Amino acid sequence: MGKEELEKKLRPPLLELKDYPAKYITVASGDKMVVRQCTHKDVSVLLGAIIPLIGATKDFYDIVAARMYAEILGWYRYRVANEYVLAGTIDGEIVGIVNGRLVDKDIGMSYHTLAVRRGLRIGAHLFAAKMEYHLEYLKQSEVWIVAESPIGFRRWMIEYSLENRGDKFPKVYHELGGVPTYALTKKLYDKVKDQKVTGTRPVDSKLLSTADTLKLPEEYVQIPGFRRSKK
Amino acid sequence: MRTVQIVGIGHTMFGNLSEYDLVDIMSFASLNALEDAGILDKRDLVEQVIVGNMGAGMLSHQSGIASSLVSRIKMEPAMAELVENGPASGASAVKMGYAVIAGGLADVVLVTGGELMRDVTGWEATDFVASLLHPEAEYRYGLSLPAFGGMFTRMYMERYGLTEKELAMVAVKDHENGNKNPFAHVKLSCTMEAINEGPHASVVNPFIAEPLRLYGMCPVSDGAASLILCAADSSKMKYFKKEPVTIAGIGSATDTHCVHNRKDPLILDAVRISAERSYKMAGLKPDDISFAELHDAFIILELAISEEVGFFKRGKAREAVVKGITNINGSLPINPSGGLKSKGHPLGATGVSQIFELVKQLRGEAEKGRQVKNPKTGMAVNFGGFGNNVVTTICTKE
Repeated sequence: MGKEELEKKLRPPLLELKDYPAKYITVASGDKMVVRQCTHKDVSVLLGAIIPLIGATKDFYDIVAARMYAEILGWYRYRVANEYVLAGTIDGEIVGIVNGRLVDKDIGMSYHTLAVRRGLRIGAHLFAAKMEYHLEYLKQSEVWIVAESPIGFRRWMIEYSLENRGDKFPKVYHELGGVPTYALTKKLYDKVKDQKVTGTRPVDSKLLSTADTLKLPEEYVQIPGFRRSKK
Repeated sequence: MRTVQIVGIGHTMFGNLSEYDLVDIMSFASLNALEDAGILDKRDLVEQVIVGNMGAGMLSHQSGIASSLVSRIKMEPAMAELVENGPASGASAVKMGYAVIAGGLADVVLVTGGELMRDVTGWEATDFVASLLHPEAEYRYGLSLPAFGGMFTRMYMERYGLTEKELAMVAVKDHENGNKNPFAHVKLSCTMEAINEGPHASVVNPFIAEPLRLYGMCPVSDGAASLILCAADSSKMKYFKKEPVTIAGIGSATDTHCVHNRKDPLILDAVRISAERSYKMAGLKPDDISFAELHDAFIILELAISEEVGFFKRGKAREAVVKGITNINGSLPINPSGGLKSKGHPLGATGVSQIFELVKQLRGEAEKGRQVKNPKTGMAVNFGGFGNNVVTTICTKE
C-alpha cells in the first residue's frame, strides 16, 4: 500500500459543511469584533495564539488551551471528522476562538471556547456564534455540550438552561470525557436567542478585510508580563 | 477633639486575587501604606490597627483577622480590632480610627479594609451580600442586593423620567475614569453605541435586574486598601514624608433595616443625615466640595446619592450627567477613580479605597487624564445595606 493510499485510510469520512457567514459585533469597548470561519491557512496563527495559554492555570485556561490546540491540529491533519473553527478578531488580532464538529447531520458536538481577551464577553459572543452555526446554518437539531470550567458551566448550562442528558449515557456521550453531557436543542436556542445571539451581516468589505490575515495577540491578561513584541 | 490627618495610603489591585488569602492582600495594602508614609522601617510608631471587613468568617472561614494582620506584618504589640458594618465596613473602620486618635487613645493608627470574594462562586457571593438584608422580611423571599438595585432604579425612572441612555452615560463616564486607574478591576472604556445605542447593545449589555443591565452593576471583586492616620498635634508627625490630608468631617447615620418600612423608598435618609453631620463637622457645605467618590454599587446610586448629599436637587442629577458636570473635567467630578462600577467593590475595602482616592486626588497624584483640577475638598460616601448604614467623609488639603 502506497503512502497516499495509507493516508486516505487514516482520514475520517467528511460531511460537507455549509459555510458560516462572517458577522461583526460591537463589543462594550466600541471595538468591532469580526467573527469568521477559519480555514487551514489560518492554523499556524491559531496554534500560535493558543500555545502560551497552555501554561495558564487560572480559570482552567491550561486544559482548554491544550485540548483546543490538539483539536485544531487534528482538524489540520485530517484526523477529526467534520470539525470547524471560528475566530473572533479585533483589528485582525485574535481575541477568541471556538470550535466544534458534527457527529452526524443532526447532532453537533461543541468542543471549546477560548476567550483570549477578557472583560468584553468575547467568550459568550463566540459560544453563541457557534450555536448559531450548528442550529441555524447547519440546521442541526441539537448540540452536545460539556463544561470544563466553572465559568463555562455558568455561561452555558445555567444561562442557556441546557438539558442534562447525563441519564442517557452512554447513548449520549460527549467526546471530551465522561463528564455528564448537556444539550442545547433548537427549541431551547430559540428561547434565548434574542438575549444571546447578536451580530450584523454582511460585514462591509473594509472591516472584513481586517480579519483576512489573523494576527497573534500582543498580550494575554492571563499571563502577567507577557508581551509578544516590543512596542 | 484632636485634628486627624492621613499621612500614608496603600492599595492593591482590585479584581480576582484568589491566589492569595485575605490577610495576604490586607498585608500588601498595609505595607504599601507604611511605605508611602515613609515608616516601613519604623512601623512600631503605629499603636493601633483597625480592620474593616464584612465576610472573613463567611467567605474565608477566618476570624480574628485584625490580630492576624498585625502578626503577618510584624506589628505586635499594636492594639488591633475588627469593624464590621456591611459594605460600609471600610469607612466605619476609618471612623473608628479617627475616634481612637481624637479621643487620645493613640497618635498613629493603621486602617486597612479588605475582602476576598472571588474565592467562591458568584451565587455564593451574591448570597453572602444578601445576608445583610432582613432575614425574615427580605432575605427569605429571595431578595438580593441587585434586586433592590433594580427596583430602586425602576422607581427612580418612573418618578423622575430617567432614561436608560442617561444611566448608560454614567457607566461610560465611570469606565473612562476607571480605565486610567491602575487599581481598577474592570479596566476598559465602553461606548454609548456599544452598551446603549447600537444594534448589538441588548446582548452586549444584557439585563441583570431589570431595568439594570450589566453595565449598571459593580463587579464582584477582591482587594484591600489602607490608610495611616496621625494626630495633627503629635510629635510623631515629623516621621511622615508626605503632605498630610485632613479628615475635616466624618459622620454616619442609620435608616430602617427593612426598605419597605421607609416612608419613601427613594429617599435615602441615612445618606442625607450622614452628609449633614460631616458638613457640620467640617464647617462646609455642598458647594465647597471639589469632587466626590460615591458608592455606585448600582449605577443609579451615583445619581441618588449625589442628590441626597446636596450636590443636585432631587431628580436633577441626570441633567448634570448629560451636561458633563460630573465628568473628570466638569465642575464637580464624581468617581474619578472609576467608582465601584469600574474600580470594583471588595466590600470591606471599598470605604477605605474611596478615602485613598480622596487623598490621591488632593495630593495631585492621580494618573494623567483622571486627576481633578486643583481639588481642595473631597467627599466619600460609603453606603451599607440598602442605605441603612452610611458613612460620609470629607477630606481637605489643609
